[in-house]
Amino acid sequence: MIEPGLYHVLFISSALFFIGTYGFLTRRNLITMLMSLELILNSVNLNFVAFNKWLWPGKLDGLFFALFVIAIAAAEAAVAIAIIINLYRTHQSIDVEKTEEMKN
Amino acid sequence: MKDFLLLMKPELQLTLILFLLVFVKLGRGIKNDLLLQLIQVLLLFNFVLGFFLNRNGHLFGDLYQSTSLFIFEKNILNLSAYLVSLVCADWLRKSQNLPEFFLLMVSSMLGMFLMISSGNLLIFYLSLELSSIPVAAMVNFDLLKRKSSEAAMKLILSSAFSSGVLLFGISLLYGSTGTISFSEIPARLNGNTLQVLAFILIFCAFAFKLSIVPFHLWTADVYEGAPIAATSFLSVASKGAFAFVFMGFLYKTFLPLGDIWYGMLVLLTLCTLLIGNLFALRQQNIKRFLAFSSIAQVGFILLGVSGGAPLGSPSVVYFILIYVFSNLAAFGVASVISEQTGKENIDDYNGLYKTNPFLSWVLTLALFSLAGIPPTAGFFGKLFLITAGASKGNYGFILTGALNLVISLYYYLRIVRAIFFEKNDVTPLKNIHVSVSVRFGLIICSGGVLLTGLFSWIYDYIQSLH
Repeated sequence: MIEPGLYHVLFISSALFFIGTYGFLTRRNLITMLMSLELILNSVNLNFVAFNKWLWPGKLDGLFFALFVIAIAAAEAAVAIAIIINLYRTHQSIDVEKTEEMKN
Repeated sequence: MKDFLLLMKPELQLTLILFLLVFVKLGRGIKNDLLLQLIQVLLLFNFVLGFFLNRNGHLFGDLYQSTSLFIFEKNILNLSAYLVSLVCADWLRKSQNLPEFFLLMVSSMLGMFLMISSGNLLIFYLSLELSSIPVAAMVNFDLLKRKSSEAAMKLILSSAFSSGVLLFGISLLYGSTGTISFSEIPARLNGNTLQVLAFILIFCAFAFKLSIVPFHLWTADVYEGAPIAATSFLSVASKGAFAFVFMGFLYKTFLPLGDIWYGMLVLLTLCTLLIGNLFALRQQNIKRFLAFSSIAQVGFILLGVSGGAPLGSPSVVYFILIYVFSNLAAFGVASVISEQTGKENIDDYNGLYKTNPFLSWVLTLALFSLAGIPPTAGFFGKLFLITAGASKGNYGFILTGALNLVISLYYYLRIVRAIFFEKNDVTPLKNIHVSVSVRFGLIICSGGVLLTGLFSWIYDYIQSLH
């Protein structure tokens, strides 16, 4: 059995980041786009914790950063969901394509 | 304790205003007119107090730094908040939730102040979010308007995505250097691939916030959809704050990667100038037009930034001071006209001079300054930016940038021509009543546009700060 190391975690976190980016760019439903954003933020958290554990165990910088990122992500999601609810009230839809009114 | 009070004075002032606004919101029975005057006085006090009792130093280890340059930058932001409360008074007075708007605005400013003073990536990230989340709520302030909610959706999603990218960059930077303190990072940068990738990701996040060209797509829609008070705050204060912080990043934290960021800056500056100018040419809506013009202005700011620390920093700060005056004058006139007649198209401005000479002159001055025509301050601002950019000796780049000034002249003067020379017999704009506070704000802006360039000690003063 292989002991999980830094590279395994970094592989997972990069994969999560790119899955999140892909989802953010291709999905058309606003809630799904928010979920993809959460994937990105969680990949960042994994990165921080892994770097702190394996590379820089002396100080707790990375762990603290991860904690704050979780809190901020919640705040951001709260505002985003409020905006999406209001968007649903004005447009009767949360599909990005159907809300496009302003064009170049 | 005394150190704490004096060093964090700008932030504490804003916090005090926030508390006052919460109490005002809790109490009932204050009319909007009175409330707006109260807030204007508070913001004026805040601006004036910003010049006194300042001290340089750092707090909480290295988390918070205060230097005289930072204090001056904060004063510029205070000034812009005060001017926004003046020139957008018509829209604000009608708003049902006036205290909330200023709660959001002041908390966003608090975030910008902390971001300017931050000495640590964690504080930087927290204050960046504090400065950008309230702006999304401000953009959605016209709850019933379809365009407003669409604009807010675009802003919150793109800013959340950009902060995700920023965080990924920060995490890679932390992994490769082992520190999140700005003062320790430069010594540990050795230019390996991971660090370059981290730097590019962080750069991209700044490009999102400053609407540098490949990342500018949200700008025009957000500017058009948002209520005009939010637009003017977003275009002046938010952009200014991010430009200040961006300079700090490039000149101090990422100085060892100087060659890399210079190349990136040159490329992105040219893209930003070209695309901003070309799209501004074909806009009909005045807010969209100002959005693309502000993208082009960011291109010029980048041109100054590329000049490196000794010249770039004072010229950018000076330019942003002028940009505050000229952009807020333009937005102020657009706000008055759209608030009272509902018209936002450039064609509606035909023959404006016949009915509204005061507004026409203010708008003309503002557009001259944005275009950089000599008697106005915009000329001196652009002159210093281009001189700073030229100090690296890359003359082909500077020449291309300067040629873009000529393109921009065309579309700025197109509006001036519409105001003074075009006839509008079908639906001329009526004579618009300009209320006292708006008139006062517009006069301050025009005074700033005219005088900032003529008083050379302002630039000397900025140059003496560090």
